[in-house]
Amino acid sequence: MPRIAPISEAVGHSVERHGARPSHLVQILREVQAELRCLPGPALDELARALRTPRVRVESAASFYHFFHSESHGAYEILFSDNIIDQMLGKREMMQYLCKLLWLQPGKLSEDGLVYVESTSDIGMADQGPAALVNGHVLPSLDESRLELVAGLIRDQKPLARWPRMLFEVADNVRKAGPLLGQAFEPGSALRKVLKQGAERTLAELDASNLRGRGGAGFKTAVKWASCRRAQGSEKHVVCNADEGEPGTFKDRVLLQSHADLVFEGMTLAARVIGASHGMVYLRGEYLYLLQRLEAVLARRRKDGLLGKGILGEQGFDFDIEIHLGAGAYICGEESALIESLEGKPGKPRNRPPYPDTFGYLGEPTGVNNVETFACAAKIAVHGGAWFAGMGTPASTGSKLMSVSGDVKRPGVYEYPFGVSVKQVLSDCGAGNAQAVQVGGPSGTCVSWREFDRRICFEDVPTAGAFMVFSRDRDMFEVARNFAHFFAHESCGFCTPCRVGTSLLRNHMDKLAAGKGSAYDMVQMKRLMHIMLTMSHCGLGHTAANPVVQTMEKFPDAYERRLRNLDFEPAFDLDGALQTARLITGRDDEWAHIVSKQP
Amino acid sequence: MGERKLRVATASLAGCFGCHMSLLDIDERLFELLKLVEFDRTPLTDIKEVGACDIGLIEGGICNAENVHVLKAFRANCRTLVAVGACAITGGVPAMRNNVDLWDCFQEIYQYEGGTEGRVIPKDRELPLPFDRVRPIYEVVRVDYFLPGCPPSADAIWKFLTDLIAGREPVLEHGMLHYD
Amino acid sequence: MSGAGAFTLDGMAIAYRDGETIMEAATEAGVYIPHLCHQPGFKPHGSCKLCTVSINGRNGAACTVRAQDGMTVLNNTPELNDSRRALTEMLFVEGNHICPACEKSGECQLQAVGYFVGMMTPRFDHFFPARDLDASHPEVLLDRNRCILCELCVRASRDMDGKDVFAIGGRGIRARLIVNSPTGLLADTNLSAKDKAVAVCPVGAILVKRRAYETPIGRRLYDRQPISEVALEEAKTLKGKGHG
Repeated sequence: MPRIAPISEAVGHSVERHGARPSHLVQILREVQAELRCLPGPALDELARALRTPRVRVESAASFYHFFHSESHGAYEILFSDNIIDQMLGKREMMQYLCKLLWLQPGKLSEDGLVYVESTSDIGMADQGPAALVNGHVLPSLDESRLELVAGLIRDQKPLARWPRMLFEVADNVRKAGPLLGQAFEPGSALRKVLKQGAERTLAELDASNLRGRGGAGFKTAVKWASCRRAQGSEKHVVCNADEGEPGTFKDRVLLQSHADLVFEGMTLAARVIGASHGMVYLRGEYLYLLQRLEAVLARRRKDGLLGKGILGEQGFDFDIEIHLGAGAYICGEESALIESLEGKPGKPRNRPPYPDTFGYLGEPTGVNNVETFACAAKIAVHGGAWFAGMGTPASTGSKLMSVSGDVKRPGVYEYPFGVSVKQVLSDCGAGNAQAVQVGGPSGTCVSWREFDRRICFEDVPTAGAFMVFSRDRDMFEVARNFAHFFAHESCGFCTPCRVGTSLLRNHMDKLAAGKGSAYDMVQMKRLMHIMLTMSHCGLGHTAANPVVQTMEKFPDAYERRLRNLDFEPAFDLDGALQTARLITGRDDEWAHIVSKQP
Repeated sequence: MGERKLRVATASLAGCFGCHMSLLDIDERLFELLKLVEFDRTPLTDIKEVGACDIGLIEGGICNAENVHVLKAFRANCRTLVAVGACAITGGVPAMRNNVDLWDCFQEIYQYEGGTEGRVIPKDRELPLPFDRVRPIYEVVRVDYFLPGCPPSADAIWKFLTDLIAGREPVLEHGMLHYD
Repeated sequence: MSGAGAFTLDGMAIAYRDGETIMEAATEAGVYIPHLCHQPGFKPHGSCKLCTVSINGRNGAACTVRAQDGMTVLNNTPELNDSRRALTEMLFVEGNHICPACEKSGECQLQAVGYFVGMMTPRFDHFFPARDLDASHPEVLLDRNRCILCELCVRASRDMDGKDVFAIGGRGIRARLIVNSPTGLLADTNLSAKDKAVAVCPVGAILVKRRAYETPIGRRLYDRQPISEVALEEAKTLKGKGHG
């Protein structure tokens, strides 16, 4: 087994590497944990001292993110992606199989302290699941033979660097390319155009393109950039939101893996427009495997004069990009939570206004956009606003990358002009027997077979990119239940309706799944969902009930057949709740049991 | 008054009888109450089984198997079921054991100092078997009304019952609504 | 922007000064909006969501949204009141709130808000979470069973006491109050019983020891007056002090 570094050494190195900046706390915690395999109390003490920050703040961040843990997860930590799509592809069976091979239980460190297996939220591999992370690195397309190989490597304690490369190969699976994915892009071409035509004209082109944010909210990009450009601030920042956490979404993965220049170029031209010198990519922790590759692209761009001081020889055009990694928190996809995380804090959404364009990273003006938005902006800079506006629909111009997964013959990334019908996508990806499509992920829209003529665009069904297909053999209740668990796990806990509501809703769904549901539960759930929708602090809480609300409405049978009793049924098992006392007293008489009578 | 008197039943489950005491505290208003209702099963009449009733008042939460049998009988027989007092509504003081291991409870009661003779844990079938947790009654059956307080004051009980009997939605003003 | 203006609250014209939140302007005008994580004089937080009002048709927290000229704000509506009741119920089932056994009873804002919104039952199934009680500190008791995660102590300790004794650890339903010491114990922090962080706790989570049940039942703060009156009077007193 590789040596574990002493705490002071691990902390010292990492803090030094980050210039002892508390704003880099999440990055430092990642590095220290990678060295120590966990974040024990003494490491937090040491970090607090070294960063001159109260220990309680260090602990607050360390305990917020799913990937951090205070107890060791061994030399090999394997986390299986738990999206419904991975489950449909056999996640549960594969996880069980690996546990059997390694003689361990999920969520418990093996007795020899070597390996730990558990579930995690969707890791962005729904087109090649079931997938898992080993020490943060993606293992796609898992099957029994691959797991046997993995188990063998773990038993032999082979360092990850010496595992066969093929285990880690992530395919792009581009099935349909358009202007973003299909046309070659020459690095620097957009920046040259910007320098030639000036920032004002670039902004005007962006305005004419009518580009709207690809992260889901659809805010007009030119408006955001113009506001950030006007904002007062000694320093400004450009932030790329690469926290692609919405289950079923993986299109940013493909852009970053194979079109990183396009994304970085978009960020650099944003910097030119708003007057920023500092850029950051918030890369979700699940995409750690992309880090080296992206760093290499950044290094090349610096060498080619596309980043750094005096970009393309232009005096005063200084801009560079650093990559920050997330640590397992879906909420960090929300832009203000993302900024909090970049500042080294727990990722909890801020009160808005003020918005990041005036009050963002470290309180300074910050332009935050999705990966795909930056890629579009770079293309618009080269080809002009009219070219872009010529595609799609009037309110949804350009093309959209869709992550297609589930019951389809050809899962992968599809690029369509906005306005494409659900039916068209289904036909292209080979979904013969579809019952429903979850567009835009759990927080999006459940489109039933009755509505397949609906179109993908802001005017009809908006999306950040997920397109999960469920055949007629699937149980839409179980789909919604998976999503309810997801939201309960990912709620940041800041506001009452989301913190408590997501867990209550999950419990109700589990109660129905256990056959204990009644009409009373349906009434309670509806009241609960209304509170979450109307009273929550941010988009997570507002949308967390969507999957249940929509499946209840569109697939009522999936719920009704689970309602055992029309009146009332307890959530807990009455007889089961006596088991402890039966064991203690050694009783098993009829009075030591409660037999539930069917109505 | 030609109208039929309303039939009322009461029971104390995992409670302390404090709510029943508070009911008696309505003092001379008891006579007025008896003009409107007649009692079925209640510790006051010593009737053991609940019959068909208009109103069932339950004090106390659910801590053992016997509580469930009584509660279910009430639910089956009472048109309107009311949870009376903090324990019936939240589990109350008995629910403070919910995060204490049941085995620790048994040991403390039967085996440590002051325990039973011979320090044995009894297994008599007459003893109601405890649940791993104490729960409010609404987590076991459907409940129609809630009258909080530990106990609810005599005035609150009087106001609540007279509202209910008169067919009004019971309302407790400031000072009458209490969780303690 | 002008230095002052007016908006309507349930149809009534409310004047405000520039920079004031809806909550501040309403309080000054004598209108109580239920709240738990807000206290006059504290930086707006907006987590409990009890003060949610409808602002030009969209919901927002009155304690964080700034008043603007011509806003139409609705506060006392059946729907909002029902939602506030539901939020109070959620707070009750989330923790272990055994009022009859709590020293804060009668002076507890969660309880008093419950009375104000007419909560007769917590309605949802209880979580009965296993939470720690920390009695290590010689003067102060920390009972996490009763914590509602309002972060008033966090803000008071950081911004007023200059100590950073408290923070929220974990996330989601597992969020919990943590303290600034390697042992995780309150005794090993520099908290003092005189700290604002102690006094500000709206519930019985942070209590000064040996003060329990000093006021007899019937004469406690919220026995005498509903929270809607107490909150307005306290805000007035604080304001008087601030200007005096």
